[in-house]
Amino acid sequence: MSPSLTAFRALVRKDLALFIRDRRALVVSVLTPIVVAAFFGFLFGGTGAGGNPVSRLPVGITDLDDSALTKAVLESLGSDASLQVQVLPEEPAQQLVRSGKLRAAIVFPAGFEAAATGALVGNGHMPEVKLLYDPSQSIIRSVVASLLTQHVMQRISRPNFIASTLSLPFTLESIAATTGPRYNSYAHSFAGMSIQFILFMGIDAGVALLLMRQEGMWRRLRAAPLSRGVLLGSRVVSTALISMAILAVVYLVAGLVFGVRIAGSLPGFVMIAIGFSLLAATTGLMISSLGRSVGATRGVAMFSVLILVMLGGAWVPAFLFPEWLQQVTEFVPTRWAVDGLDGMTWRGLPLQAALMPAAVLLGWSAVFALIAVWRFDWEGN
Amino acid sequence: MHLVADHLQKKFGATTAVAEVSFAAAPGEVLGLLGPNGAGKSTTISMVAGLTTPDSGSVQIDGIRLGIGADPSKRHLGLVTQEIALLEELTARMNLEFFGGLYGLAGRTLKVRIDAALALTSLADRAKDPPKEFSGGMRRRLNIACALLHQPQILLLDEPTVGVDPQSRNAIFETIEVLAGEGRTVVYTTHYMEEVERLCDRVVIIDHGRVLADDTLAGLLANAAVSNRLTLKYDLPPDGAAQAEIRGVAGVTRVDLEGSELVVCAADLGLAAPRVLERLAARGYRCLELTSRRANLEDVFLTLTGRTLRDT
Repeated sequence: MSPSLTAFRALVRKDLALFIRDRRALVVSVLTPIVVAAFFGFLFGGTGAGGNPVSRLPVGITDLDDSALTKAVLESLGSDASLQVQVLPEEPAQQLVRSGKLRAAIVFPAGFEAAATGALVGNGHMPEVKLLYDPSQSIIRSVVASLLTQHVMQRISRPNFIASTLSLPFTLESIAATTGPRYNSYAHSFAGMSIQFILFMGIDAGVALLLMRQEGMWRRLRAAPLSRGVLLGSRVVSTALISMAILAVVYLVAGLVFGVRIAGSLPGFVMIAIGFSLLAATTGLMISSLGRSVGATRGVAMFSVLILVMLGGAWVPAFLFPEWLQQVTEFVPTRWAVDGLDGMTWRGLPLQAALMPAAVLLGWSAVFALIAVWRFDWEGN
Repeated sequence: MHLVADHLQKKFGATTAVAEVSFAAAPGEVLGLLGPNGAGKSTTISMVAGLTTPDSGSVQIDGIRLGIGADPSKRHLGLVTQEIALLEELTARMNLEFFGGLYGLAGRTLKVRIDAALALTSLADRAKDPPKEFSGGMRRRLNIACALLHQPQILLLDEPTVGVDPQSRNAIFETIEVLAGEGRTVVYTTHYMEEVERLCDRVVIIDHGRVLADDTLAGLLANAAVSNRLTLKYDLPPDGAAQAEIRGVAGVTRVDLEGSELVVCAADLGLAAPRVLERLAARGYRCLELTSRRANLEDVFLTLTGRTLRDT
């Protein structure tokens, strides 16, 4: 084996040995993404195999009309699987909405039935139904208003209220659209959290290089007859290997405990894992080349990674973003990593679908590596 | 191997770290680079070790110009940095395996070299312990051992005894003497004159990035016109007339009254001291205490710069 290759191997082995012996790094890099991903996965629907029941919205109803129609609507709303109905007077209902214990409250005014049936056929004024809602959750207002409209229309259109019968002109069947098995929200949360915490590990690797400079180790390495390629390349390889090992362990736990499956292409998954691992490694290298003091560098890098992870859809899926933001995040490498891992796991996509994300990740890795080499202060301490 | 530093210069921005430094060291020689903190010693060592590119000048090993980066000539150099550059979490043996690997050593050769380095630095029984459990002196010794694995013919030691207890310091000195005895060229930077006096065959005194003197210890003492000191304490401080008479004694170069003590400087104390004591006794002064000290590098540095090493 050539001396350069021996040196390269010694440098990589040293980084791996240091990582394994650093309990804190092991815990942060492996255990934390598993715990956080498990929590988010549970929160956002679990395995999708009828695991978590849909949470029902607590809604208060005040019936000042006490008519047959309002009683029928009340019964109808009470049987809706999305709602947890509580009948109570207006004042307590308003207090409970204010305190956040009810998401909304509906107040049927006195004379509602007479006014509503008349207004439906064009006679008289429409009655005014109050909808009290928590302003911090304004989307609830739309949900409750829609459900209220649906249930009132269904009840009021029955023959005992008006002459003609109206009903919804369609039925709705919801089907989860994936080519793989049923959607598993753990798959997405494990993708997102793996990416976040592996990028944190990449930052640590970059900061460790800054510390090496401060503590004299860098001088010692440079005293050996080693090229820049060996010194920095070994760093990239060791960080990428650690990253791939973390991904493997995290997804092993995800598979064994949370039922996450690589329903798509395994080679595609590996390609994306390699692309992302190189991205994490070159991110660390770039940080070490741009940073000066350890404290400031760590702070700025953490902030940057959190922004990248957020925009990449690791916390909430990118399809929930506004349209313009979805387009902007096409330029964010973490978006490709998250989408790529999602594609190979619960979406069950084939190898071809991994080519583009892997290529984008490798491209960004090359850009980061070039910046690192360009900005690296070789002779400074 | 012969090491030559030829007109080295280095600036960092507007600051001149090394204005001009030249020296040469021969096989088996221990060359001391002596100077206060900030004199330019570490920058000089960085250039000599191929870590820093000189603005001008060159470093040659047996006549071959040294480069930076992957220059194969660096295999002849072993650098012991001022900072203890060790992997604190790994065992001493793993540290040595790592540093040996950097120079392409592997397998049985590496194992034999590691055992030899551990034996030389008296760390064989602690090979399985991590340096974070070592004393300061042991860590320094391991720091040196890491630089010896590839058997460099030129050893550069940058203040290797900082923060070390006297026992470990002696152990380090003995190691260096063994290495020099094997014919290696040793360059040793320090701001402790005692270390230079103990170890070095030749001394290069550096200040403000320039060489002020380059000679053997004896040559420096002879050429810098420094004096040995005689300190006398009397029951009453000698008056002006007595001091004037002492100044006239043959060989006396300087007389000062420091508090109640009379300090007399002379090139040859053996000749001057009896005469001084005789003259003062004749004037009725009773000597209570007498101490003498040979001139040393501190005095040479004071003569050359007007400052003491410890003041700077």
